[in-house]
Amino acid sequence: MLEMTPHTLDMLKPGQAATVTALTCEGPDRRRLMDLGILPGTTIVAELTSPLGDPTAYLVRGALVALRREQARHICIAFIDGD
Amino acid sequence: MTAKTLPTGACETCPVAKNATLIKLGLNVEGWDYVVALAGNPNTGKSTVFNALTGLRQHVGNWPGKTVARAEGGFLYKEKRFKLVDLPGTYSLLSTSVDEEVARDFILFGQPDVTVVVVDATRLERNLNLVLQILEITDKVVVCLNLMDEAKRHGLTVDARALSRDLGVPVIPAAARKGEGIPDLLQAISQVAQGEYVTRPHRIKSRDPKLARAVEKLALEVEAAFPGLPNARWVAMRLLEGDARIVEAVRTRELGNLSRGVQPQPVRREADVVLETMR
Repeated sequence: MLEMTPHTLDMLKPGQAATVTALTCEGPDRRRLMDLGILPGTTIVAELTSPLGDPTAYLVRGALVALRREQARHICIAFIDGD
Repeated sequence: MTAKTLPTGACETCPVAKNATLIKLGLNVEGWDYVVALAGNPNTGKSTVFNALTGLRQHVGNWPGKTVARAEGGFLYKEKRFKLVDLPGTYSLLSTSVDEEVARDFILFGQPDVTVVVVDATRLERNLNLVLQILEITDKVVVCLNLMDEAKRHGLTVDARALSRDLGVPVIPAAARKGEGIPDLLQAISQVAQGEYVTRPHRIKSRDPKLARAVEKLALEVEAAFPGLPNARWVAMRLLEGDARIVEAVRTRELGNLSRGVQPQPVRREADVVLETMR
């Protein structure tokens, strides 16, 4: 076992890309993320971080979506290697 | 003579020259025949489409959340008066923020004759979420594939005919800020409103029969509690899901305000007054 705790989106640094593997929140919060186009299998790239480090803007299906760290923590990811 | 000059004369009587019969009525929305709602994700050009059809100058800006309340305008097309309602942008009918609720309430309970969903051709995938949700609750839908000029610039092509076939409703490519596609959009709106174009909206099938039974049972209760409320099945589904906002709207009977007045004859007028006083 290489990874015991899954990586979450808040660990993604600007310029890095990842694939969403799971959403760990429930109810309206989960629904909101899915409505924004964030589902298991979606490719997501960290683009910009605000001066205080929160929120961060992510590129999702061609659009920039700003998420708070609290939201990003609920998005499990697998890093995409390269560049 | 520029390349843009259109020939006149014989063309005016030809049905192909659809724009010839558009009369922009601006704010004059008295005595309409049909109500058309303009819905779509934020920043897809709804207000630009609105202005192109009504001749109004509703503020257009390139940022999301610009249209907070609804704007209304009118146009006359082939001797029918249309009232057009420009709604705030929304990603979904399910997870709504406060300004998105204005759009959701009108789409669900305002009973528009036609709902035009304006989608961003350059970000089609994420826009189709709302299209599918709207197709679940109404079959009078026209999809306006806007920002086609931008899509072209990015080297994207969209097969509008295949999309129309898959969705079961008209899909009209447009570049509203240049007026491109507006004549086709008008024709599609008019055809769907008058039932000349019979839509076959794509609906998600194979729902669990247990769930279907529960929805039916609860929908009857919702209808009994709120006579005349449109989309009782949608409400029932949200209640089963535990949507806190809808549960509250049922408990406080706020939901009834949306349906009251939808019963009497000039259906849409009453519904609008009710929606207006709600805010």
